[in-house]
This record gives sequence, C-alpha cells and structure tokens, in this order.
Amino acid sequence: MSDHTDDISKHVRGYMIVGGTLLIGTILTVLASYVDLGHEWNIVLALIIATAKASLVALFFMHLISERQMIYVVLAFTAFFLVGLMFLTIGAYADFPPLTTTR
Amino acid sequence: MDIPYTSQPRPDTGIYNAKVGIWLFLASEVMLFGALFSTYILLRVGARPEDWPTGLLNVPIGTFNTAVLIASSVTVVMAWASLKMKQFNRFKLFQAITVLCALTFLGIKSFEYRDKFTHYEVWKTDGTRITGHLEGKPMFMTLEKVKAAGKESILFTPDLHHYSEGKKAMHERDHGDHKAVEIPVAQIKRLSAFVPAHSTYFAIYFTLTGLHALHVLGGAVVMAYLFGPGAKMWFTDPDRLTNRVEVSGLFWHFVDLVWIFLFPILYLL
Repeated sequence: MSDHTDDISKHVRGYMIVGGTLLIGTILTVLASYVDLGHEWNIVLALIIATAKASLVALFFMHLISERQMIYVVLAFTAFFLVGLMFLTIGAYADFPPLTTTR
Repeated sequence: MDIPYTSQPRPDTGIYNAKVGIWLFLASEVMLFGALFSTYILLRVGARPEDWPTGLLNVPIGTFNTAVLIASSVTVVMAWASLKMKQFNRFKLFQAITVLCALTFLGIKSFEYRDKFTHYEVWKTDGTRITGHLEGKPMFMTLEKVKAAGKESILFTPDLHHYSEGKKAMHERDHGDHKAVEIPVAQIKRLSAFVPAHSTYFAIYFTLTGLHALHVLGGAVVMAYLFGPGAKMWFTDPDRLTNRVEVSGLFWHFVDLVWIFLFPILYLL
C-alpha cells in the first residue's frame, strides 16, 4: 500500500465502505440461515458469504491487494498446506474401514 | 545499538522486519485454526444428527458480537491511517475505541459462557433427554455432585424443545413460563451442564471460541499498550510506532477473519 498521506486519506473512505459491506454481509449470513435451501446448500451459501467477507478483510484491511511479493509467497505456501490439510480431512472421512459407520 | 529495519524496508524483502515476522506468525495461525476447523468437520460429519445441537446458541448476541469485531477492524485500520496522516489525537481515539470493542466482545462472550455453564441436559434412565435449568442456576453441577450432596431429587425447569428437534423448533419463541419438575436422582443416568465434557459439539465449541477469545485478549493487551505507554514513541520515532500499529492491526484483522468463519459454523448451521 502506498505510504503517501494523500493516498491514505483516499483509502479511508474505502475502509468505511468495506466495513459497511461486512456488516451487510453479516446480516445476509443470518438471513440466509433462516431460508431452507436444504442443509448442504445452506452450508455452501454460508461459507460463500463468509469467504467473500474474509476476502474483503484480507484484501483491503490487511492490504493484500497491493502487498510485496514476499508476503504473497508466504501466503501461497500457507494456502497449499491448508488445502492439503482439508483434503486429508476429507480423505480420512472417506477411508473408514468396511463395516464401520459414522451414521 | 539500533535494531535494523524497524521502520525502513529491508532491501531484499522490500518491507520492514516486523511485517515479515507477523505474516509468518499469521501463516502458523492459519494452520493452527485450520487444524481445529478440520477437527470440527470430522466431529460434525461423524456425529448423529440428534447429538449435534443446532439453534442452541443465541444468534442475536452472536450477530452483535460479529458487528463489534467488524467495527473494531475498521477502527484499528483507521488508527493506523491516522498515524500515516500525522493525526496523533485521532489515532488515540480510534485505538481507544478498538480496545473498548475488544473488551465488549470478551464481556459478551463471557456472558454467553456463563449462560452455557448454567444450562443443563438430563439423560434419564428411560432413554429420554431433556434440557433446561436447575433450581438456583448453579454452574458445573453433575450427577455425582448431586449424589454427594445427599439429594434424592432435583428441581428442573425444562426448555420448550430439546435441541435434537432441530433448528426450526429451537427458534420458536420460548416465553420461559414452564413449570419446574421434580426428577428423582434414581431416574437420572447423566447430568451435565453445556461444558466441554457434555459432547463433541461443546468440546469443539469451547476449544475454538476459547482459543479465539485468548487471541482477542492478547490483541487487546497489545493495543492497550500502544494506546498507553507505547504511544510515547510517537515523539521519538513516529515511523516505528506507525509500523507497530500496523503489525498489531494485521493480527487484529486475522482475529476478525477467524470469527467470520466461526460465527456461521457454530451459531447458524
């Protein structure tokens, strides 16, 4: 992010807009949970809204929209291992021995 | 001896050292919470639907707490922007609001915890289960403690619905005008408050929200320091203070980001 005072003052309005959008997103998340889309689709919709909100925080509040390359490299490794961890979780769930059940 | 690159960028990374440090720390935090989120997924898909409470947590309170954290994320970035614009008094104002928001969040969370510690489930010997409150609303009561106190029955005010009836039933307005019933101790198989030992749901609920609350507390302490004694640095090394506020802000945004996922999975789904 640029460090010039003029640039910063321009960004201040953006922070307010992002904050307002996050509050609207929170209300949307709550309202969406009361709409019966089927349990799976309710989860998908809630996670889509949460991901969108998290992206706004990361991009604008944490300035990832204009960060140095080194930070992106660190986060790329983190994302790789996080996705791997989640795949291991799904894999573990799909790998119960025969004749055992979780339901 | 001066510590190098506390305010000026290091030539090879292009950023000051503390920023590299906080991002590496946040990367480790992503993996910590990621592991707990994956634990949540495994516990949830492995649980019988009737054993996984939905609609037990107070959604309006959770929503308000989310709004408090979002507001604090705005004020913490505004505090940093104020320093960048050389407006020290504005920084103090926004930093103070951020700390207040953090304390408000923790206050509300502890109120929620207390509510859970006084809310009980009774597993009866005939296989039925009821939730509600014990007379006098004691915390952490168990069947063993009831027996040790020499009581032969408990006075229990049941909820309108049991959580196994689903979210819709739980959201029905409870006017709280239920009559207390007397349950003989001989008919009780298990008695537990909504504590981590109650079920896998509450184990992961308290682990995730407890760890998150510790992060909120840690962030609040650092930001309070930067508001108070740490702010003196403005008069000797303003760039370094600005960077410190930015680094603490990055941590704070991460705390907000984690809550953005915790709120729907624990309160709404």
